[in-house]
Amino acid sequence: MFLSIDLIYILEKLILIVIIVSISMVVAMYTTLAERKVAAFIQDRRGPNRAGPFGLLQPLADGLKLFFKEEIIPMFSNKFLFVLGPGLAMLTALMTSAVIPWGSKLELFGREISLQIADINIGILYVFGVVSLGVYGIIVGSWSSNNKYSLMGGLRAASQIISYELALGISLIALLMVTGTLSLKEMVLQQQEGYWNIVYQPLGFFLFLVCTFAECNRTPFDLPEAENELIGGYHTEYSSMKLGFYLFAEYINMFISSAVMATLFFGGYDIPFLDESTLPVNVAGVLGIVALFLKIAFFLFLFIWVRWTIPRFRYDQLMGLGWKVLLPLALLNMFLTGAAILFFDK
Amino acid sequence: MQPLTNRSQAVNRAPLTWWERIYLPAIIGGLSITLKHFFRKKPTINYPEKTRPFSPVFRGLHILNRDEQGRENCTACGLCAVACPAEAITMEAAERLPGEEHLYREEKYAARYEINMLRCIFCGLCEEACPKDAIYLSETFAPSDYQRKQFIYSKNDLLIPHPEKEPEAYKKALGNRAGKNEVK
Repeated sequence: MFLSIDLIYILEKLILIVIIVSISMVVAMYTTLAERKVAAFIQDRRGPNRAGPFGLLQPLADGLKLFFKEEIIPMFSNKFLFVLGPGLAMLTALMTSAVIPWGSKLELFGREISLQIADINIGILYVFGVVSLGVYGIIVGSWSSNNKYSLMGGLRAASQIISYELALGISLIALLMVTGTLSLKEMVLQQQEGYWNIVYQPLGFFLFLVCTFAECNRTPFDLPEAENELIGGYHTEYSSMKLGFYLFAEYINMFISSAVMATLFFGGYDIPFLDESTLPVNVAGVLGIVALFLKIAFFLFLFIWVRWTIPRFRYDQLMGLGWKVLLPLALLNMFLTGAAILFFDK
Repeated sequence: MQPLTNRSQAVNRAPLTWWERIYLPAIIGGLSITLKHFFRKKPTINYPEKTRPFSPVFRGLHILNRDEQGRENCTACGLCAVACPAEAITMEAAERLPGEEHLYREEKYAARYEINMLRCIFCGLCEEACPKDAIYLSETFAPSDYQRKQFIYSKNDLLIPHPEKEPEAYKKALGNRAGKNEVK
């Protein structure tokens, strides 16, 4: 018996994967530039402006510099794991983009192309599975470095991500109770028809935001790499492009987390106050992509803005915040949401 | 002890109130401060493209002057070397030969004239000492270099461009110092 496989469908998905992965890379590259520019502007400086107009070629220059740096693998490290670490971090950072709906659909060459690599019905669970795998990149790298500072950084990363994933998950459960679906595509469609989820879940969104900062190891939760106490934390021993991969994975994580937040709480590719069904399919598709990327850009700016405003937590404060404040608040939010659903019979 | 200024304050050790302990108002305050700085005008001057306006009395790199016909003013009298507190100036005099009248203004000239820019303190006393308006300090400063010997500027480095052969470069080197201490 034949298995009828639509070859063009596979090709279409492959092209989509290539496009989305390269877009994630480019956005991450330019987020590094944005980080330096915003940091400079916040500190009344001008930031990099020598490589290309407005410093637009700076990320390329940085990348080239990292490639040309000497690559050092410590003598007493576990070489296989040492090389695996940054690769793992990069892989898990890129994998999450598969389930995010980047737009509604486009009509090209008489085919309807959905702008989502895989619309799986457990979309958000997949995201969480992969994101929590992401910490393995850090732990493997830090452990194999055979350096006490690296190991401290890795330990901190592990315990921090476990603590904050709890509050993250529970704040998400409240959202899932409202939407009743795990598929990201369906969530966007619901928000397109009704209101954005931020209206139903303001506290849930806030908890989610704080936990996302912690998951991405961004200031004020950047204890795993705390450069002034741990000499760079988990990537102390890394040099050259392996270091670059770690830093790059952080920016890709930021990008994907911004996309997840925009999709879950801010309507994804939905354009506010506009009925997309009145527009031609392709116009609506392109405008939707633009809308999603504007939302993502806002969140990326927020990440950077907060980093250059707030100092780092002390480690006990971090744990206290995670377990004694965010977790009870997330439980309360879940309880209130459940009660409201029961009461209004939504 | 008596406080030295009237700005000293007792440290407030009161426990944080609930409003202070939720941190969010303070965080939002901080974010608004950084956002204000984000949109503030930057004081940086983009150096190689833009330079600061120099004060009219700024003392930069030395220039050996020529007159309008391009003849060197310097007569190697050595007054600048005597005046120099850092002993940065060295010179050797030579007599002008017949047929060199278009090169040197007077019968004696400096065959060698060197200033050690690492010793020079840019005080401008050489300019004040010079009776022939032959040396003055310009508005540029000594560029960096990799070797110490590059900082001993010879006559070639110091001489102003020829006013008739390269009038534009001459004007540029002269800047707005033209005739500042012209011999009247």
